[in-house]
Order: sequence, then C-alpha cells, then structure tokens
Amino acid sequence: MVEQEGFRRYIAHVILWIGIAIVAFPVYIAIVASTQDNALIANGQMSLLPGGHFFEVYYQTIFVGTSGSTREPVGNMMLNSLVMALAIAVGKIAISIISAYAIVYFRFPFRMSIFWIIFITLMLPVEVRIYPTYKIVADLHMLDSYAGLALPLIASATATLLFRQFFMTVPDELLEASRIDGAGPLRFFWDTLLPLSRTNMAALFVILFILGWNQYLWPLLITTRDDMQTIQIGIRKMITTTDALTEWPIVMATAVLAMLPPVFVVVAMQKLFVRGLVETEK
Amino acid sequence: MANVTLRNVRKTYTGGFEAIKGVNVDVADGQFCVLVGPSGCGKSTLLRMVAGLETVTGGEIDIGGRVVNQVEPADRDIAMVFQNYALYPHMSVYNNMAYGLRNRGMAEAEIKTRVEEAARVLELSSMLERKPRQLSGGQRQRVAMGRAIVRQPKVFLFDEPLSNLDAKLRIAMRVEIRKLQRRLNTTSIYVTHDQLEAMTLADILVVMNGGQVEQVGNPLAIYEKPATTFVASFIGAPPMNLMSTRPEEIRSQLAGSGAADAGILGIRPEDFVITDQTPDSGVALPLTVEAIERVGAETFVYGSRQHDEQRVAATPGELPPGEVIVRIPGTEAPAIGQKIRVAAVRQKLHLFSGDGRTRIEA
Repeated sequence: MVEQEGFRRYIAHVILWIGIAIVAFPVYIAIVASTQDNALIANGQMSLLPGGHFFEVYYQTIFVGTSGSTREPVGNMMLNSLVMALAIAVGKIAISIISAYAIVYFRFPFRMSIFWIIFITLMLPVEVRIYPTYKIVADLHMLDSYAGLALPLIASATATLLFRQFFMTVPDELLEASRIDGAGPLRFFWDTLLPLSRTNMAALFVILFILGWNQYLWPLLITTRDDMQTIQIGIRKMITTTDALTEWPIVMATAVLAMLPPVFVVVAMQKLFVRGLVETEK
Repeated sequence: MANVTLRNVRKTYTGGFEAIKGVNVDVADGQFCVLVGPSGCGKSTLLRMVAGLETVTGGEIDIGGRVVNQVEPADRDIAMVFQNYALYPHMSVYNNMAYGLRNRGMAEAEIKTRVEEAARVLELSSMLERKPRQLSGGQRQRVAMGRAIVRQPKVFLFDEPLSNLDAKLRIAMRVEIRKLQRRLNTTSIYVTHDQLEAMTLADILVVMNGGQVEQVGNPLAIYEKPATTFVASFIGAPPMNLMSTRPEEIRSQLAGSGAADAGILGIRPEDFVITDQTPDSGVALPLTVEAIERVGAETFVYGSRQHDEQRVAATPGELPPGEVIVRIPGTEAPAIGQKIRVAAVRQKLHLFSGDGRTRIEA
C-alpha cells in the first residue's frame, strides 16, 4: 500500500466507510427486525434498535417454525441445506480431482476428446438441462431425497479444469521420483498429489459450499415435502401467505441463520483459501 | 553392486525422430561413468532409459546380468538424482528419504537406521524435520543424494544434479559426490553438459553427439587422443584449435610427417609456445594478437591468421575460421595488435580426416 498524505487519505477512508455502510445496513436491519415483536413491524413502527425478543424469536424459528401453512422448523431446513451443500462440495471435489488425475497422468484412447466433452459441459448448467435432469431424477425415484438434491449438481467441469491446470504445473520429476521410489499410480495420487492439492481443495470447497448452499431453482423443483425443503426455499414460502400476516421477525431470523454457515466456512478457511488462490507449494 | 551394459540401445519416438541411434556402453561394477555432450545429444534420454522412465525401442539394457527393458523403474534396483531434485515438497527431509523404503515394506527401525546414517554422512542430521522449501539449494541437493543412498541400490543415476547450484557450490558438491561414490563403490551413471565435471568425475567417459557415441574411454585418454573433431573441440576448455590443412602454409609444414591424407589439423591452446624459431617437425603460425584474457595463473591470447581459411567440420564451441587461441602461463602477454609467431611440436598435433569423423595417427 502506498502511504497517502492527510486529506486524500481521509477521503479514501470516508468512501470505504460509506461502502461498508451500504453493505452492512441491510444485514443490520435483518438482525434488528429478528429481535422485535411482529405486531410492531406490521404497524410500520419498527425501531432501528434491537428489540427484546431475541431468544424467543430464534427459539421459535429454529425449533418450531412459523405458525402459518409451512410449519417446518428452520433447524431442519438448515440441516437439509447443510447436507446438500456438503454433498455437492465434497462430491464435486472428489469426482473432479479423480477425472483431472486421469486426464493429466494417463494415456488412454480419446483422452483429449474426453477432456473436451467435459469442457463442453461448462455450457450446460442445470438451468439449461433442467427438464431432462428432472426426468432422470424422477425416474430414479430420487425426488424428495438428499441424493436427488445433490447428485445432479455434482458433476463439475470447472473444478476438473482447475485441478487439471494445477496438475500440469506439478513437475514431471515428482512422478518419476515416485515411480523409482516404488509408488504406483494410486500411491502417487494419495501420497503426493492429494497433499499438494490441499490448498486448491480448500479454496474450491469454500466456493462450492456457498454455491451449494445458495441453490434455489433445483431444490424448488424436486422437493415437495416440507421436511425436505432447504432454507432458501423455506424463506420464500414463509412470505407468500396471502390470508395471514407474514411473521417478519421469523423471516428475518431465518435470513440471518441462512447467512451464518457460509460466513463460518469463509472465516474458518480464509487462510487456506487465500493460499490456494495465490500460491502453490511445489 | 552391478555392471551396466547397453547393447545397441535405440530410441525412436512415434513421430519417427531417432533420439538414440544405437549406443553400446559397458560400465563395470563400481565404475563412475559420465555421459557428456551438448544439449539435445540424447544423454538425458539414454539415462532415463536406463532408469526405466523412457521405453527402449531397440537393443538391450542389462543391469547386473539381467535385461531390464520391460522392468518397472522401481524394480530395477536403481536410484536417481534429478536436476531439480524432485523432492516431495510436503514431506520432511526424513520422510523424503524414508518414502522409497516404506513403499518397499521395510521395517521402521531399519528405515530409521539407514536414514540417520545417510543424514550423518551428508551432514543433514539437524535438518531431518525440515521441509524442502526451508533448505538451501545445496542442502536440497544433498537430500536428493540421501534419498538415493538409503536405498542402497545397484546403480546410481545422476541427471545433471549440479546445474542448479552456483559455481562455488558446484565444485564442492562435485568433490563430495566423487568421494561418496568411491566410498560406497556403487556403479554410477552421471549426465552432464559440463566437460569439466565430466573430466573430473569420470572413470569412464562417454562423449555423445546427435544420439550417437562419439568416443568412450578414460577421460585423459580421450583428452590426449580425441577420436573426432567433435570430441576434440568439446573436451578441453578453451577448445582445441581446428584448422583446414588445405592452405599452402600449413600443408608445406605437414609434408613429410606422414599426414598427407589429413584434412583437419588440431592443436590445443596449451600446446602452443610463442617463439621465433620453427620446430624441426611441427607447425608454426604467424598471428596478429586481437584479444588477451588474463585469468591469473594463465593467459589466453586470441590471434588471427593472415589468410583466408576454409571452414572445417561444424562443432560446438568452434572458433571462427582463422582465429587461434594460445594459452600461456603467467600474466605476461604480447600487446594487442602485435605480430607473433606460435609453434607446436609434431607430437602435439592432432590430425583428422577431412570430414572430422576419423583420427589419423601418423
């Protein structure tokens, strides 16, 4: 960073603070709203200071749910979202690191064709192939199941490409040294390639976990039972009721709860994440 | 302990490119063999074929009486030191050395003994828990050596192991490698492009060019009697002066010395003396001094001959036609622009056929 003199530095700081305020204010409102009495909010008299119903609202949100039509505790929704996000992140990493390993280190017929086929799937995200994907999942009787939520989202060209690029920077001599040291393909993968990919895997995990956590369209389509819905769907369903008052404190508490796991993942893995993006240990 | 024999070894890539065109080398048990040549001559490919990292498309590689063409690298009982060391970056020094032994199912206690012994020999004992990136270049190089030693293989293979080190360390490590090899008495094959490394390390020197062996033998024998003009200019620094025998000035001096069919005359820089006399038999050349290099113990005089020169067979490090290097001891040298006369006696002349492929003894 270049040290700037007096006035210009203050200007910079003011701009940064304004930016922070723009980002943080809605979050603050959500937190404040989640601690107030619903009647007060409905009257349009919501205070900008936290109210006194924090424990009450969060208890009801997590363990009971709204009193309206979708009486599903948010705790359960979070569990569903968590299982889905973890399955997508772990599944994507596992599948793509193995396919990248095959493409980079093995000479098999049509190797490049297979690589390009994987590459082309970048152009076909779930939204584009939603009907055939739905049909397959339905035919396999995976509607309303964790497998149905996660499996179609696991295949990933992006992660395969990322690992391929990384593997291609690993010096060939490491493979050769391993061969001379008596390590077969599996051992080389397990003992050398996996530990070297650690930071890359961490960075991918953060990105993919958040991607999985924020899924909306796919869970909306394939879950019909309340006890299988994810938190993103749950928030939406809480607001739609036309014949009843929307319970805003609970909606806001759900929104706050929905933010927590991604924040936790980013904070916990920040160090590894940054290292994975900027530096490679070779 | 084992001898290594290469019988008519060939390597042809799928595109049809012939990297190795039939190499025959015999390395006796405990010998230190150095493969030397310019880059792209196939020396590294040949070493990697011995290691099993490249397939052999013709001929046989025999290690300790067993043809290993189809044997996996791990089962050839060899150990290799790579140019970039290829240490496992995520493993400690100890684990780098122990990895190959663990993969072979050796007991932990035996591994510990071997690694600690190797670490003691290589002065790495205090660094066993460090990661490779915490080590200096020289230390990494020693870990790579350690990884080879602990295996106690039949053959050590070195692929330009010193070229990533600075000049001073390179000399120190060169001596260390030689001492270590003498003590362990393990057959070794060493690849380098540095002719000085080659001369100092080798029991048996293999000079390669264009996928073929130019000459095999004791390094000093090769220095004294290079078989081709390529070897003549590659071994020895500065390179041997090569000149066509066609100009009248040279032909007349060679007449009567039984060198009638020689096309190329070679004289090493150190075999010249600056003198006004013409030797009874030998060659004297008039030169104009063009440049002087003083390196302390010796001085190199670069001079040009007065007449047009036929270009001789192309070789790396070759001097421009008509230029001659003379090495004289000490720092006293003629001035630039001065006309001098240099001479070499008959015994110091090297004669080659016109294409440079054959040495002519006279």
